[in-house]
Amino acid sequence: VKDALGRVQAVLVLGGGSDIARATLHRLLDDGPLTAILAAREPERLETEDLTARGATVACVAFDAAEPATHAGVIESAFANGDVDVVLVAFGVLGSQTELEADPDALVELVRTNVVGGYSALAHSVARLRTQGHGTVVLLSSIAGRRARRSNYAYGSTKAAVDELAQGIQLSLAGESVRLIIVRPGFVHSKMTEGLRPAPFATTPADVAEAIVRSLRENVSVVWVPPVLRAVSAVLRMLPTRALQRL
Amino acid sequence: MSSAMFGSCRPSTGFAMPDPSGTHRQLTGWGRTAPSTALVVTPTTTDELIAAVAAAPARGVVARGLGRSYGDPAQNAGGLVVDLTRLSRIRAFDSGAGLVTVQAGCSLDALIDAVLPSGWLLPVTPGTRFVTVGGAVAADVHGKNHHRDGAFGRHVESLKLLTPGGDLLELDRSNRLPELEATLGGLGLTGIVVECTLRLRRVETSWLRVDTEPATSLDETIAKLEAADRGFHYSVAWVDGRAGGKAFGRGVLLLGEHAAPAELPAGARESPLERSKPRQLQVPTWASAARLIEGPALNAFNELRFRRTRPGTELQPLDPFFYPLDAASEWNRLYGRHGFVQYQFVVPFPAKDVLATLLERLRGVHPSLVVLKRFGEEAGPLAFPIPGWTAAVDIPAGAKGLAAALDSADELVASAGGRIYLAKDSRMRADLLPRMYPRLAEWAGVRARLDPDGRMQSDLARRLRLVAR
Repeated sequence: VKDALGRVQAVLVLGGGSDIARATLHRLLDDGPLTAILAAREPERLETEDLTARGATVACVAFDAAEPATHAGVIESAFANGDVDVVLVAFGVLGSQTELEADPDALVELVRTNVVGGYSALAHSVARLRTQGHGTVVLLSSIAGRRARRSNYAYGSTKAAVDELAQGIQLSLAGESVRLIIVRPGFVHSKMTEGLRPAPFATTPADVAEAIVRSLRENVSVVWVPPVLRAVSAVLRMLPTRALQRL
Repeated sequence: MSSAMFGSCRPSTGFAMPDPSGTHRQLTGWGRTAPSTALVVTPTTTDELIAAVAAAPARGVVARGLGRSYGDPAQNAGGLVVDLTRLSRIRAFDSGAGLVTVQAGCSLDALIDAVLPSGWLLPVTPGTRFVTVGGAVAADVHGKNHHRDGAFGRHVESLKLLTPGGDLLELDRSNRLPELEATLGGLGLTGIVVECTLRLRRVETSWLRVDTEPATSLDETIAKLEAADRGFHYSVAWVDGRAGGKAFGRGVLLLGEHAAPAELPAGARESPLERSKPRQLQVPTWASAARLIEGPALNAFNELRFRRTRPGTELQPLDPFFYPLDAASEWNRLYGRHGFVQYQFVVPFPAKDVLATLLERLRGVHPSLVVLKRFGEEAGPLAFPIPGWTAAVDIPAGAKGLAAALDSADELVASAGGRIYLAKDSRMRADLLPRMYPRLAEWAGVRARLDPDGRMQSDLARRLRLVAR
């Protein structure tokens, strides 16, 4: 159960392999021990020593974002041993924009994981926390969802859909003890972006983790990492299409 | 001997008409931290209470009174919270013997109003009159007279306890003593206290003779409190928690005795038992945005309070003496949107040096209020007081480095053989609990007998893993 100082006792990570999720757990473990339930497609391949060495109790469970019919069961099992204070929705496929343009089937697969899986994971997590009477869902969104860009618009469009849903869920949660925090990082140096040319204002998983942990304490609904991206994004959204073709 | 039935003695704070099926409401403690949502049912009869408890959802049930616990003991996320403030009748009052039987939802404020005209007062009272009798039992509250009279539970003759299984048990000293002791300070987790029979204190007046004594250092504050044990019924010290250097631990002692009729001012002598209740100031909603307590304004206030205190003796009505903070309602708003925590610990008398270390460390998180007091005897297995020094420290929850500072303070307290007051806790780690409360397993055993299915639940119980399921 979350305490008066915003510290948490149990975290469920959907997308247990995420670098940002891992950094967030590390940062939370600085404040005290917790239980981490890592849900990933190949749970046996998850590393856990770094977490147990920092005082975490770790459980790994199988979770396929692209199979929404299984989500309710996986999420329910994570609550079997006690309350879950934070559900971190951290899965997502970036894909290669050029390949996605050449392969419509791959585009549909991307939507299945990021959008269908994202909608399902958000809805099930929020419903489960409502039953529990408290808790926070942290959605890893992206600045990419705020305006289509030439280099990653397929990925961006999937993020836009989930982000928009999350904004609506936030409205529906007014006055309740369940919160949803939308985290919108820019370019993050991680496994997912390995080999890509960093965009301006690039950050690290640790930066995002710091922002997430702060947001758990503060009453904020949207977190930009770094904060300057809020303004950058506002400008991007106003730019004429012609200007965007060059970005 | 007379026995009288009184009408409803509801608390003076306002509330909406109850809905028998309940409403989902977001609840916090007085510290306004860690909110959670529960189904809140406000029964108006014992039968309604029994029916509500029988229908409790899987996440269990806990009783709530006036919400003055600082942390989360009267919250039950996703479960049922029974608001007992409409079960507030005085069942019987023997004004010859000073015994009163009262429903658990009656506030201490209303109880004082009912018994004072006959020359009786609460034997023990905490620093606010806006707690219910049930809450006072569940927290086994203490007052400025603990060194003389022990905690609230010592004056409880008997309790009527509703178990989650639906049994109404009579608990007293000769019958079910372990259950009684586990319920006094049991944080509402042994069942729901429905009724309490309390032995009152005889008083001749509603006034107190109060000695005010400044002390310029922690050593002096400590020495004067030690000396006051013998001479005074009530003793407490306000300590300037932010002063450092030579001024570290300076404070103002407030030492009280019940006044005799002859001492009263001429105007009060005709009606020595009359209670002049002060009007409450309302702290406005916008105060929570102003963060008044975190800034340097409070340092200046402390300085002023210390410098303007002159030693002397005066007569005070009971309300300003026992309940100085009740002068402003909803003063918790002053702490802004982060809310605040009250950290109260006790360390055994020989660990006086640990007390100094703790106060020095807590100075680093800029406490807004520090109150120091000496405890007398120990009571039930989960009751807080043990013979020793206790300090209650109010700190804005947004204070930088607070989590780590309090964690390390916990460690010091536990190592010194001390403990944290669970009724005020909102952030402690569960693993320290058995060290602080050596009789925890004994309590858990009695609790499990009363509630084998673990249906008594609260946010605090889950956070500190007090109820095995």
